[in-house]
Amino acid sequence: MSAERSTEPKRYDVAIVGAGPTGLFAVFELGLLGLNAVLIDTLDKPGGQCAELYPEKPIYDIPSWPVITGQGLTDKLLEQIAPFKADFFLGRRVSGVTRQDDGRFVVSTDAGDLIDAGAIFIAAGAGCFTPRRPKLEGLDAFENRSVFYAVRNRGSFAGRDIVIAGGGDSALDWTLDLVSIARSVTLVHRSDRFRAAPASVSAMRALEAEGRVRFVEGDLAALHGDDGVLSRIDLKTRTGPVEVAADRLLAFYGLNIELGPIAEWGLDLADGKLIKVDTEKFETSTPGVFAIGDINHYPGKLKLILSGFHEAALASHAAFKVVRPNEKLRFQYTTSSSELQQRLNVAPIAEAAE
Amino acid sequence: MSENGAKIVVIDRAGERHVLDTVEGWRVMEILRDQNTGIEGICGGSCDCATCHVVVDPAWADRLPPARDEELDKLDELPLIEPTSRLSCQIIWSDDLDGLTVTIPEAA
Ligand SMILES: Cc1cc2nc3c(=O)[nH]c(=O)nc-3n(C[C@H](O)[C@H](O)[C@H](O)COP(=O)(O)OP(=O)(O)OC[C@H]3O[C@@H](n4cnc5c(N)ncnc54)[C@H](O)[C@@H]3O)c2cc1C
Ligand code: FES
Repeated sequence: MSAERSTEPKRYDVAIVGAGPTGLFAVFELGLLGLNAVLIDTLDKPGGQCAELYPEKPIYDIPSWPVITGQGLTDKLLEQIAPFKADFFLGRRVSGVTRQDDGRFVVSTDAGDLIDAGAIFIAAGAGCFTPRRPKLEGLDAFENRSVFYAVRNRGSFAGRDIVIAGGGDSALDWTLDLVSIARSVTLVHRSDRFRAAPASVSAMRALEAEGRVRFVEGDLAALHGDDGVLSRIDLKTRTGPVEVAADRLLAFYGLNIELGPIAEWGLDLADGKLIKVDTEKFETSTPGVFAIGDINHYPGKLKLILSGFHEAALASHAAFKVVRPNEKLRFQYTTSSSELQQRLNVAPIAEAAE
Repeated sequence: MSENGAKIVVIDRAGERHVLDTVEGWRVMEILRDQNTGIEGICGGSCDCATCHVVVDPAWADRLPPARDEELDKLDELPLIEPTSRLSCQIIWSDDLDGLTVTIPEAA
């Protein structure tokens, strides 16, 4: 399901920015029309807000689902779009969308991927989920060199003096994991009240008692080092400042939502953070670029999942005309069209030959 | 709007002070979002996004119903909070809060 990093642009009919419920359902609507799609999301899983913010909470206003959880809805959408075999580029932020001479688009990501697409669907919701960053002077210079918000290359933490900040499961899990390869591990959290699994907290306390983990009740105050190479972290505690020798900082403060690079794509915006569209095609001010779901704005807009589904259907029909300008679009129902049933892999063999 | 004319005082991210109308029974987040103070309230008050973080004037902190565990946990995720930090979606407006003063901190 997931695509390898590509430097040669891979071609798709439509590139969908954002794999929330709207982006996922767009794969279905495009697929029925015979168009293939790729989804790109900063999260490392599909489902957008539903999967990241409220996987366990019930939703009561999805048509025909009297109740379904955020994760349940995501799982059902994935099941429904499975026949269309969309590619997923996860854990990547779309940084740019440019139009080529032939009218097609190239989408680039912060991981260096290039994707060639005939049309673009921006289904970016409330924006990119990105790690919350501590407010520390000079932080930028240290980021991705000494300061990280996730462990991507575990080996690079071996033999390091690591400070881990946060009080949830990620902070505790990585404290317990990295202690075996690090030179030292210091866990920093503002109180001794943790949000993590009680078993992880006890395990951390046991390591602390053995002197293998240091726990400091306090907050990050300042980073020291040269050229992005960290050497020391100052902490602020109730009993005064504490200095810790450190060459790695892992900060786990959950995720924030920010509009991100979309603001720079030259599209007409409303309020500086929503993309203006028409309500016939849900097309933006740039032809061939559509915006659907929570990210768009038009008179009467409601930020509901069901609105995103409707918008995905109309945008898909409009995108067909962009991607297949010489073909005629035939309106058909899934109940009666053997062509659609073939695409859905549900056509009886005999009829499929029609 | 509140029939009793109860007001909430908001200091926005630019440091400007606003005296705003209120609605009995609304979440403070909704009152702030409705009047474009810069509060997003992305999760609609489900205690899941922390985009409604405010710092309550210490003089008022003890007069509000205390935060529940769910709110404390969400606040605890933020890199920077104050002793009187609250999620404004967890405070339901009632007119006896007339004069409540909150500051909207820099976004996390
Ligand atoms: C707690 C809570 C409860 C809710 N309850 C309901 C409810 O009961 N009923 C209802 O209808 N709605 C509800 N909503 C709202 C609903 O979740 C949203 O309307 C819906 O998620 C919008 O879907 P979307 O696909 O448009 O955007 P999102 O779900 O926000 O997904 C957008 C995705 O795009 C990604 N993205 C953005 N920019 C980029 C980029 N540049 N590069 C890569 N990826 C990017 C983001 O990381 C994100 O994963 C609720 C929301 C919350 C938070
Ligand atoms: S509105 Fe999301 S936590 Fe308050």
